[in-house]
Amino acid sequence: MCLKMSGGKHSVIESDVFVQTMQDMGVNFFTGVPDSILGGIIAELMNRRLYTPAVREDEAVGMAAGAYMAGKTPAVLMQNSGLGTSLNALISLNMIYQQPCILIVSWRGQGGKDAPEHLVMGEVMPQLLDTVKIPHRTLTEKTVIEDFRWVAETFMKQRIPVALFITKGVVKGLHP
Amino acid sequence: MRPEQGTLISRAQAMEALLELLTDQPVIICNGFPSREAHKIADRPTHFYMIGSMGNASAIALGVALAKPNKQVITFDGDGNVLMGMGTLATVAALRPKNFIHVVFDNEVYGTTGNQPTISNVVPLEKVAKSAGYVNVERVLDRDDLVYEFKDMLKKDGPSLLLIKVNEFVEDAGRVLHDPPDITRRFMKAIE
Repeated sequence: MCLKMSGGKHSVIESDVFVQTMQDMGVNFFTGVPDSILGGIIAELMNRRLYTPAVREDEAVGMAAGAYMAGKTPAVLMQNSGLGTSLNALISLNMIYQQPCILIVSWRGQGGKDAPEHLVMGEVMPQLLDTVKIPHRTLTEKTVIEDFRWVAETFMKQRIPVALFITKGVVKGLHP
Repeated sequence: MRPEQGTLISRAQAMEALLELLTDQPVIICNGFPSREAHKIADRPTHFYMIGSMGNASAIALGVALAKPNKQVITFDGDGNVLMGMGTLATVAALRPKNFIHVVFDNEVYGTTGNQPTISNVVPLEKVAKSAGYVNVERVLDRDDLVYEFKDMLKKDGPSLLLIKVNEFVEDAGRVLHDPPDITRRFMKAIE
């Protein structure tokens, strides 16, 4: 794994750097359902013709599982509300069948500062994933290399879904 | 009451006829009795038997089809499954994988949980697929027609959907014996 993160230590992560880092990790199948926080990443994936859009997050998780079994290294992008939608697929497909998948999850409702529909999931998301035993970590500008290394290692070792939370403003969006 | 009831074959009979026409194609089989029946009729390493994650068989098959564009990928699905993941009909239609064949065994009930009715008696799923943009779509009632249409779909570019009306009969088939992680590994090796 080769990580080439550019910029100052505390600067916002550029979307192209984020995508390139994922590609350098070997991720070669990207699907998901958009969120504004992920807008820049998805635009970059579309520029690179790497993104297969799904209509629901559990469908994206299913597609990623199929792609994994066909030899790809998959990532699924979603808003954290999509964790609710895809929970059954994650626990009765990926966990039971040992099919790994990198979940890039935007953390809406973090710290209680968001629209009402995001507040409950925003508060309970880490505990929810702890409960279903899906390892997770939050990406920060300061620890970006360690964060991606952790994702790659956990993915390979555990053969289950691994979640990387993306908080608002950490990765450059569409409208800076 | 279903008007076509008298003419219908069982899902296992339909499945047996289809499996006779398949060799080494990946087949993703939905959860419940369909996976148990396929396992009993012909247990091939190219079969991915699902337990759980209802509604996602076609999504998994789509992922395989996109990642392996040179392999024809089949999914054995049910009416309850298609209704639960109906958005995937749209995704398949939009992405248009040529190597995707969607077989739907439509018995109009949730057979695995005690034959509670689905709504496929009033919602024709093959018409939904056709409207979404599947390229080839057929609805068949008997063995001769299903063999004819499935052979034809194997020769054509897809995505294709074959809806087979079947009766509620369930083959006496036990649970799939392989552990799920073994099913994953075996399937991956077989379709490499």
